Formats: sequence, C-alpha cells, structure tokens
Amino acid sequence: MRVGVVTFPGSLDDVDAARAVRLAGAEPVRLWHADQQLSGVDAVVLPGGFSYGDYLRCGAIARFAPVMAAVAAAARDGLPVLGICNGFQILCEAHLLPGALTRNRHLHFRSRDQRVRIESAGTAWTNGYEPGQEIVIPIKSGEGCYVADPATLDELAATGRVVARYAGGNPNGSLRDIAGITNQAGNVVGIMPHPEHAVAALTGPSTDGLGFFTSVLKHVAGAAA
Amino acid sequence: MTSVQPFVDTVGTAAETPEELQPYEELGLRSDEYERIREILGRRPTESELAMYAIMWSEHCSYKSSKVHLRQFADRAPASDRLLAGIGENAGVVRVTDRLAVTFKVESHNHPSFVEPYQGAATGVGGIVRDILAMGARPVAVMDPLRFGAADHPDTARVLPGVVAGIGGYGNCLGLPNLGGEVVFDPGYQGNPLVNALCLGVLPADRLQRKAAAGPGNQVVLLGAKTGRDGIGGVSVLASASFLAAGDGAEQRPSVQVGDPFTEKLLIETCLELYHRELVVGVQDLGGAGLTCALSETAADAGTGMAVRLELVPLREPSMVPPEILASESQERMLLIVTPENLPAVQQVAATWGVLATAIGQVTDTGRLTVTWHGQTVADLPPGSLADDGPVYARPMREPADLVLLQADQAETLPRPAGPAELRETLLRMVASPNLCDRSWVTEQYDRYVRGNTVAAAPEDAGVLRLDEESGVGVALSVDGNGRFARLDPYAGAQLALAEAYRNVAVAGAAPVAVTNCLNFGSPEDPNVMWQFAEAVRGLADGCAELGIPVTGGNVSFYNSTGAAAVNPTPVVGVLGILADVATRVPTGFTSAGDVVFLLGETREELSGSEWAWVVHEHLGGSPPRVDLAAERRLGESIGAANELGLIRTAHDLSDGGLAQALVECCLRHGLGATVQLPEESPGGAFGYLFSESAGRALVSVPLGRERAFIAVCDERELPWTALGVVGGPDTPLEIAEQFRVPLAELRTAWSGTLPALFDPPGRATDSGDR
Amino acid sequence: MARVVVDVMLKPEILDPQGQAVAAALPRLGVSEVTSVRIGRRVELEVEGTPDLAKLHELADQLLANPVIEDYSITVPEDSP
Repeated sequence: MRVGVVTFPGSLDDVDAARAVRLAGAEPVRLWHADQQLSGVDAVVLPGGFSYGDYLRCGAIARFAPVMAAVAAAARDGLPVLGICNGFQILCEAHLLPGALTRNRHLHFRSRDQRVRIESAGTAWTNGYEPGQEIVIPIKSGEGCYVADPATLDELAATGRVVARYAGGNPNGSLRDIAGITNQAGNVVGIMPHPEHAVAALTGPSTDGLGFFTSVLKHVAGAAA
Repeated sequence: MTSVQPFVDTVGTAAETPEELQPYEELGLRSDEYERIREILGRRPTESELAMYAIMWSEHCSYKSSKVHLRQFADRAPASDRLLAGIGENAGVVRVTDRLAVTFKVESHNHPSFVEPYQGAATGVGGIVRDILAMGARPVAVMDPLRFGAADHPDTARVLPGVVAGIGGYGNCLGLPNLGGEVVFDPGYQGNPLVNALCLGVLPADRLQRKAAAGPGNQVVLLGAKTGRDGIGGVSVLASASFLAAGDGAEQRPSVQVGDPFTEKLLIETCLELYHRELVVGVQDLGGAGLTCALSETAADAGTGMAVRLELVPLREPSMVPPEILASESQERMLLIVTPENLPAVQQVAATWGVLATAIGQVTDTGRLTVTWHGQTVADLPPGSLADDGPVYARPMREPADLVLLQADQAETLPRPAGPAELRETLLRMVASPNLCDRSWVTEQYDRYVRGNTVAAAPEDAGVLRLDEESGVGVALSVDGNGRFARLDPYAGAQLALAEAYRNVAVAGAAPVAVTNCLNFGSPEDPNVMWQFAEAVRGLADGCAELGIPVTGGNVSFYNSTGAAAVNPTPVVGVLGILADVATRVPTGFTSAGDVVFLLGETREELSGSEWAWVVHEHLGGSPPRVDLAAERRLGESIGAANELGLIRTAHDLSDGGLAQALVECCLRHGLGATVQLPEESPGGAFGYLFSESAGRALVSVPLGRERAFIAVCDERELPWTALGVVGGPDTPLEIAEQFRVPLAELRTAWSGTLPALFDPPGRATDSGDR
Repeated sequence: MARVVVDVMLKPEILDPQGQAVAAALPRLGVSEVTSVRIGRRVELEVEGTPDLAKLHELADQLLANPVIEDYSITVPEDSP
C-alpha cells in the first residue's frame, strides 16, 4: 500500500509523516507541490509545517498548488486525505472541510503533549480507535484555533463529523474544543495536533498516533475487498 | 533606470583627491587605523573601500581585542582525532561515526535584541543557522541561552516576550527543534540582554564544505534574498562603541535586520541539494558585514582574487549605492563559488526551490578584490587586508580594584533560616524565584518535535538528538554559564561554566567530545573588562586541556553594558557529547517509586555567588565554588559506567539552587515525591547541605536491589556518594526527614506560577489545561 | 497604471485576540477613550490598464481574503498614479 505525503515549499513534518506511514506498514510516496497527479497512491497526507511561510494566511497559497487540484478531485472520489496542522489549514482554505483555523487565543505558539479524545471511529483515518478513547499526541502551532459559524458547528456535532476534541484543557481556544473534523463521506480528515509525532516511544509522548496511519491501511484494504 | 546617477567615488577619483576629508570616525575607525588603510592602498580609500574597512575592522568582525587571547584555544587544544574542522572555520566539525559528522556553534545577537527584540532574536537564529549550513550540514537543532534584566522590570516585559517569540517564530518555521537553553535574570543585563543562539548540524563525514574561493575563472554566485538596506552599519554601529553612546535604542532601529525564515528554509534545501550533487567549489554565508565579509574571506582563504560587478546584485531598493550594497546585512543570503560548467545546474536547482541565484563576478589570480559599478572601479584592495590582517590589539588589562574586597565579602556569613519552618519557607521562596522557576512559558513556544529525532529537550539536563535511525547513534548538548561566578572570579567562573555543561552532557550518559563558547563581556577599552576576558579565556583553555576536549569555535561579544556598568563577565559554554545509542540515555527526574536516591560528589559549604544569596539577600560576594575538573571527569565516568550496567535509572546534575532545587525538579518532573534524610554532619547543617552550590555533583536514582553494585562502581572511581533516601509514589510529598514536608501540589504552584504571572498580561486569554 | 487597495478585516463575529491585546495595552499609554481595536490587513495592488473590478473581486474572494472568517472591501483611489 502506498501513501502519498505532499511537500510544499516550507513543509516541515513531511519527514515525520513519511516515517509514520512506514511504521504503519505502508510505503510513503513523496509528492511535490507542483505535481499534477498523485502517482496512483492509495491515500494522501498533507503534512504540518509552514507552507509558503504562512504568508497571507496559513495554507492560503498552498491550496492553489497544482497538486491540490488532483487532491481535491481524488478526495471527491473517496480517496482518503489527512491534513495535519498546516495540512488541516490547507484543507479548510481549499473548502474541502468547513470552518477555518485562526490565531491561538493567547497569541503564543504552543507546543505541548496534549490529551485528545477521539470522538468518531467512523472515518478512514480513525477506524482503529474506540469512540471516546483518549490519546496523548503533541500539538505545536500558533494558528490552531478552529472556528466556524454556529450552524456549521451544530451540524458537525449532529452528524458525528467532529473527529477529535481536546481533553484536559483547550490549548488554543478552538470552539467546542474541536481538534479535528471530517467531511460527510468520512474520507477527508483535518486534525490540528500531530499523530505522526507520537509513533515511537523514544521520540514522542506515546505511540498513540500510529492508529491514524494503521486505520487508513485498514480502510483501503477494506475498500479493495 | 534613472538617468541621473548619484556620484560614485571611484578608485580613480580617490587617487586624484588625496586631501578629501572622510568620515572615518563616524564609521568607527581610529585615525591610526585610517592611516594604515591609506598605506595599504597607497592612496585614500574610496567611499566603498572605507565602508568595507570600517565594518571588517570593527570589533565584531575582526576580533581585534580578543584575537591575542583566543589563540590559546588553538595553541593549547587537546589533541582530538575527531576534529574535522576547528577554530577559524565557520563552525567546528566533529566526526561521530565513519559516515556521519556534526557541526555546532553558539553566537550572540545581543545588541540587536535590545533594540528590536523579535527581529534581533530571529535574525540571530538565522545567522547561526547559515554558519552551520556553510559547513555543508543540514541544521537539525537549536538551543538558546538567554539573559535578561530583572524579571519584574517593565523593560524586561518588553524584551523577553519579543525575544522568545522571535526565536520561536524563526526556528519553528525552519523546522528546527529547540532542545533547551537557559533563561537567566539579573539587573546587570537590564540595558543589554544576552541573546546567544546555538545551532547543531549534521553532514556526511566526507562532505565538508570549504569557504575558499579557489580556481581562477570560477563564478561567484549570490544565492538567496535580494539585498536591501537592512542593518547597514549594524555590525559596526551596534556591536561597537557607538551603541553605548547613543543610549535609547529607538535611534538605532533602522540598523536592525529583518528576517524571513521561509526564504531561509528554501535556502537550506537549495544548498543541501547543491552539496549532495557536488555542484559547488566553495560556500560562505553572509552575516555580519554582509557581502564585504563573504567576498573578502573567501578570496583571502584561497589566496586568490576576485572581480565583482556590483550592479549584478539583485536589489530590493533600486536606489542603493555601492557602499550600501557592500555593507548591507540583508538576511538569508549565501555566496557560492561555482565552476562555469556547473553554473546552469546550480541555477536550475535554485529555480526549483524558488531561490535567486545570480552570478556577480569571478575568481581571479590577481590577489586583489576588485569591485566595479557599471564599469567604474569602486574598490580595489587585497582581500587579506580586510579578512586576516585587521588590527590586532593587546589591550591593557587590570584586575578590578574592588575584586579583593568583593571576594572578602563572603556569603557564608549571611543570616540563614533558623529551624525547619524557615527552611521550608526558604525552599518555596527559592523554587518560585525567577531563575529557578518553571520555564515552560518559554519552552512551550518552541517546537521540539519536528523531524522526529528529539529524544530529550528542556527541562532535561541535556538536549539529546538521534542522528541515525538505524544505529541509534546520537548526540547530547548543553549550554551553560554563570555571570555571578565569573564576576567573583573570571578564571574559575569560566571553568565552572565548562564544568556544568560537561556535567549536563555526562549525566545524560553521553561522552563529552567538543566545546563551543560565547564570551559576553563589557567594553574591551576598559582594562578591568579586558582582565576579566583574559582570565576567562585562560580558564576555559586550561579547563578544556584538563578535560581533554577542544574548543572547536565560538563567538565574542564585547560592549555589553547597562549604562556605564559592564555586564557581569558571562562566558557561556556549550559542550557536545556522543551517545552510541540514544535509547540508552539517562533521563532527568524520578520515574519509579522505590528507587534509591543517591547524591554523588562532595558537598562543601559554598554559598558565595549562589542563587540563595542573591534571592534572599541580594548579595554577590565571596569566592565561587571550588573547581575540580578531575572530579567532574570521575562523576561523568561513573555515571557512564553505571548506566552501561543498568544500575542507574535517572540522573540530574546539581547547579543553581543546589540540592534543594535538584530534589524539587526531580519530584515535579513526573509527579513522584521522595523521602530524604540529610547526613548528620553536613557542612553548614541542613541549610548548607540543601542550598550550597558545590560543583561536581549529581542526584541519581538507582533501582532497588542494585545499590550495592552501584556503590561499587562509584568506589572504584573514588567518587564520593551519599545514600539520601527513596523515591515515593505518585503525588507523595517531598520530605526532608526531621525538617519538613511539602506536598507536590504546593511545590508545583510555587514553581510554575512565576513566569506566566510576569509575562502574560492581565486580561489576556490564558488557556486552560493541565500540564 | 492604477493602485487598487483591498482592505481585509475579520468578520465582526470572529474573535480578534490580537486586537484585544492591543486594546488592553492602550491604558498603559494613557489612552482611555478607545473602546475597541480590531486588526486587519491592507493589500496594495499595482494594476496595469483599467482595473477589472469583477476580476479583482474574484481575486479578493479566492485568495486575498478567507470568506469564511473575513470580509473585504476594494477601493480604487480616484487619483491613482
């Protein structure tokens, strides 16, 4: 199984996402922002970092990268797409997910091991978790405050599209403690904290994050079956 | 292009107008230095040449006051077969395995950070990163020793948050994990924060890059950002004497450089690809003194010459004139030496990453650096005269007249806490004091996880980074300093800084192998300061020789003062150690209930220069703790040996705040208490034992049942040890038997509240969240 | 050549912590009569020929502003250089 990891100018956690894919048992495929196609991968990760230096708004310029047209089209066809941190920001700017990520309420960049509750196991990227399961994964961002209008927030909650919420404290002011959401089909997921930094006990607070990557492999295998 | 060209001072004009008055003093040159320039050139310098000499001969670039002393680092360096590049290069390079090498260095950006805290600190990171990049390495980690004025002073509230945000803003955007550093408060730094930045890089052992501009006919290529008016005069204005005179920082603002970390990120990837494909002959970063420094150093290093067409330099502001272009400190630029055959490939790589690559000249065999502007020669000089043959001063030195009295005023005689209740109160007061309290407010603004190789970061004693995923080989790093100790005795103070960094690396289970340093001092024109500097350098050189680890490079920052008062002499020392397998590193802080707690090393009644003397009595006097480098070595070796045998669970070095602070930190790290019994006959009683700052000590926890084997390891090496007690269960209190007991919650409240209360403005949303 | 200015502001219902921080700092400078601060972004575009307003609106809508959280206004100054 092959999982693409996109590198934009300024992407930083692409290396870590690729490692997580590898540890989960799949082959990471490097995708360049200028690519027009996705090399036939089974899933795509938009990694964390500072694409285009976060100029204008986080992800505002990356969403117009050539590869994003292919990602958007494939997403509509059901390809699993995971946006982590900056990747989440890009997905929102590209309108593949609703709402927006804004400056942390306390105005600081915050890097912390964060308790997160997985609310939905019904997505391509979280089917390996139990609903309500609490994990510890790092959050590290300056613009992680999720906002959307009340109608959207209500809809997300009502349709089970809130994938993850912050537990034991909200690190950035996100409305309704939202840490991650999914689209209607459950194949596109955006998450603010970083599961790819919690895949090895030696270098992370836990191995709780690996589940995102093993989940998608299960999803793809199941879809193929 | 405008049709009216501003007047350009050419070599021809200069030869014809020898009597022309030139503003050399405003540019920071002395009259004897100006005369020497005229001698070198055989005429008066052009405007451009004057600017070039002014910045290259400034203290910051030429090291004219420090060179005579710094020679000791090279002359007396202990032999090391690991050193692939040493002093004189952009940064030292240390071989870690047959295939892998690391490079590391610490630098200062003090004065710009006072003037514009965010950009000053940000560009400080940018600058040291480019030094590392110029060695051929991928920058992979940063650390930041920071020193500010009094914690509760309003100007500290201006400077500190900006500096921290700047370091985070730049470093995080580059994808560099921050492994730790220091945050120190002292009124002496009120008008002059010390913002030192360390960077570590990794490179294949056979891919060191050189700065020599070799090969006449090779192209000189400027890579990176366009050149603007940033920092013009910054190096000579800010880091040299005139900064002191001007006083209020507002006037200096235009001189501060503004950084763009995104461009630097692209620059890094471009350079690494060029190195990988072996497309460059030489590389140099543009830092202080910008293009002038890069051109002259590369040519001088190779003994060649250069012909540069300045009008080819891409400009942000089209109205810039040659002296400005030569002096500009615009960030995110590198200089490459490229064979003509490889030039197209270089430009193509740069284009892929969206970075400008412009050929601006070529290497020649004339031995002269010639700069033209639209065909007119604006500079023609021997590059060595700029880069290597700057002035060298043997400045007068004199021991400060007050030092004897200062040393006689010992802290050991100050009033002490009487009885357990006062002792308990003192402990709580100390852990909450600005220099000892929790630094999460700072460290949580830095990314520690990016690239996935960080094994340990603050508050662990040393940053630990894995270099190779397969073998697990990695490095441990620590940067430390103590301005108060150095004020009391600069020789000992420098050695104590070295000892502390060495100890921090050793308690992590790593083998120390190399040293870098950042020497922050007052004005070299002050004989007292010069004496302090000479003593500190001598102490550091002696210390390195005794420990058997060489200084691989470093940085000197002079003219640091608050008003007329020089800062405490503050040599900051960084030590790098190697771990064969990072999985075997020793963590800081108690992890397992039932472990036996040992204090290693000898405790003497040494309170002079201590945090207690300062916090409780605002006292600085006496002599700093005794230095015993042989004992530090034995401590490190014992911990290493014990670790290899699986006899040690955790280890924490003792430094500021002594045993009391170490105990608190070990308990709070993972929320386990401890019960400790102080020895009956402790020097200075319970108080002395808890707050003395004797060097050469560590607090370790040993799995129950392994104590005897552990003690044997220590006895073999004649390392004194004291069994203090036992680690408690989760949330049990810290108990000092027969003295007092403190619940962890009370300790944590005192310890973690200080910095947020000082630096989060009231009314600002603070997040809710347990830590 | 015309200079077109696009002003981008957060929608009124979106929290602006930066503006709040600035507002909180004003009393320290002796300013008490300012009751609210909101911070936006000003984008200056140099446009060749006559500005095509429809196109500029599209540009503002797609890139310069994020319509989910921001409003924008376009001004073509009468006396553009």
